[in-house]
Amino acid sequence: MTYIPNTDDDRRRMLAKIGVGKIDDLLRPIPEKLQLKTLLDLPESVSEMDLIREIEGISNENKTGLTLFAGGGVYDHFIPTAVETITSRPEFVTAYTPYQAEVSQGTLQVIYEFQTHICRLTGMDAANASMYDGASAAAEAASLSLGKTRRSKIVVSETVNPLFREVIATYLSGRGVEIMVVPHNGGVTDLNKLEDAVDENTACVILAQPNFFGLLEDIEAASDIVHKVKGYMVAAVDPVAAAILKTPAECGADIVVGEGQPLGIPLNFGGPLLGFFAVKQELVRYLPGRLAARTVDEDGNPGFVLTLQTREQHIRRDKATSNICTNQALCATMATVYMSLMGRKGLRQVALLSMEKARRAADKLFGLQAFEPFFEGDFVREFVVRTPIPAKEIIEKTVADKSILPGVNLGRFYNGMDNALLVACTEKRTTAEIEALGDALGEFSTDAVLSKM
Amino acid sequence: MEIPAELKYTKEHEWLKIEGNTAVVGITEYAQGELGDIVFVELPEAGLEVKAMDAFGTIEAVKAVSDLYSPVSGKVLEVNPKLEDDPMIVNREPFGEGWMIKIEITNMEEVDSLLSADDYKKLVE
Repeated sequence: MTYIPNTDDDRRRMLAKIGVGKIDDLLRPIPEKLQLKTLLDLPESVSEMDLIREIEGISNENKTGLTLFAGGGVYDHFIPTAVETITSRPEFVTAYTPYQAEVSQGTLQVIYEFQTHICRLTGMDAANASMYDGASAAAEAASLSLGKTRRSKIVVSETVNPLFREVIATYLSGRGVEIMVVPHNGGVTDLNKLEDAVDENTACVILAQPNFFGLLEDIEAASDIVHKVKGYMVAAVDPVAAAILKTPAECGADIVVGEGQPLGIPLNFGGPLLGFFAVKQELVRYLPGRLAARTVDEDGNPGFVLTLQTREQHIRRDKATSNICTNQALCATMATVYMSLMGRKGLRQVALLSMEKARRAADKLFGLQAFEPFFEGDFVREFVVRTPIPAKEIIEKTVADKSILPGVNLGRFYNGMDNALLVACTEKRTTAEIEALGDALGEFSTDAVLSKM
Repeated sequence: MEIPAELKYTKEHEWLKIEGNTAVVGITEYAQGELGDIVFVELPEAGLEVKAMDAFGTIEAVKAVSDLYSPVSGKVLEVNPKLEDDPMIVNREPFGEGWMIKIEITNMEEVDSLLSADDYKKLVE
């Protein structure tokens, strides 16, 4: 980032220009008692050399170069070099997304293509220009449903990513909305309990496909249940798995959201991520955020513009169902380039390879003594294994000793699941890595643990 | 400007046409003129119960969005299906084809408190 110096003289001249004597005079509108009269409790400034040494020291505490079997929403997929090369063109890398049609045809075209890809992947009629992440997209889907139906309750499955559920709760807090969580039965949403939970006041049902445990949900059955009361079916989908599954549209979803990180976006300690959001035609006017469209100019030349802007706060203001008026342009660009490079066939291949490798890893781990499947049921690229000792301990030891991150500790999110490890595979995991995972976890088999006592 | 004498009006520029115990609701010619080109009319599902002066929908023009208020309490029986594809009917024929909802009136006394054509004329002039 550019360092912009701000000298005493600069400050004096700026203050003189606006006719203010000293900086404190600018703070006068803030009541005296709310003003901080002391200095911030920060250490003395240090030299650049000392600063770099300190930051590098902190950075070195990160454990890098791990073999990743952790998923739970973000996945370690291969990213072709061209994705970064194209995305990092200075025309795409800007501090803020330029939407003005007269100067931003390239950006608008990329957004339009992103929307097209997402529609093709989900089978939906219209997708927006992207959102911050899958979690906020899910929360926006709830918000849309509540606004459109004028109801005050949503029903969410316990198998939806717990972080999504937290964001949904945060987003809707203070709006008097009832969030009913439906439990799972054997790892998939209990449809009987779902049916009991859905009533005339239910704006939407939210399910994930595949769910947080990697298992397939019956979205069609859930759609039928919520459609009986004229509520909306919201499906939160994994875009890679979507390449080989029946589309959410075919399963009756009205709104499809998801985390787009698997589509060519690196793992960056949790962000930035990419949300996608797609709807059926009847909801196009309620899409949150930006929407790019193709049109023709005065001379009949094709071009791209933002459209249906009355949806959000430019014009609808307090009557809008969403307050989002931007998108996640750079990450959406990465995903667009990735999807263009992979194509339908490539994406299917990624999904099938991930699934095949997950199966191989499952066979390996389920075959270990004292390890077993936590759930029965069909999984795509991620599965839960029951561990003989708490998963947290296995993770800590395997990361430290073998440089393998074996999965996600489900005890962090679910009661009674301390001995449950969520293991994911992508096309990147090699046979040797899967063997190494098996060997590493094999050391926790009862016999092995006992023999060391 | 057209202000049909047989209709009732609200201060929010809706009109009400009584047909027995039901009524047709729309917005006035003055209102459509103030809004300009109408791009979308958001109408409720039939069956919605509204109280007098509750919002039953919204109307979006190119530069503004307004709530649509029900002049009387009742149950929405029907919404104008044509407005979805061609919302500008409201600009062209606000008192005719541009109607918005048909409503079953629960309390006829509320009709008496609405504005007459003369009252409404004074309001907009």
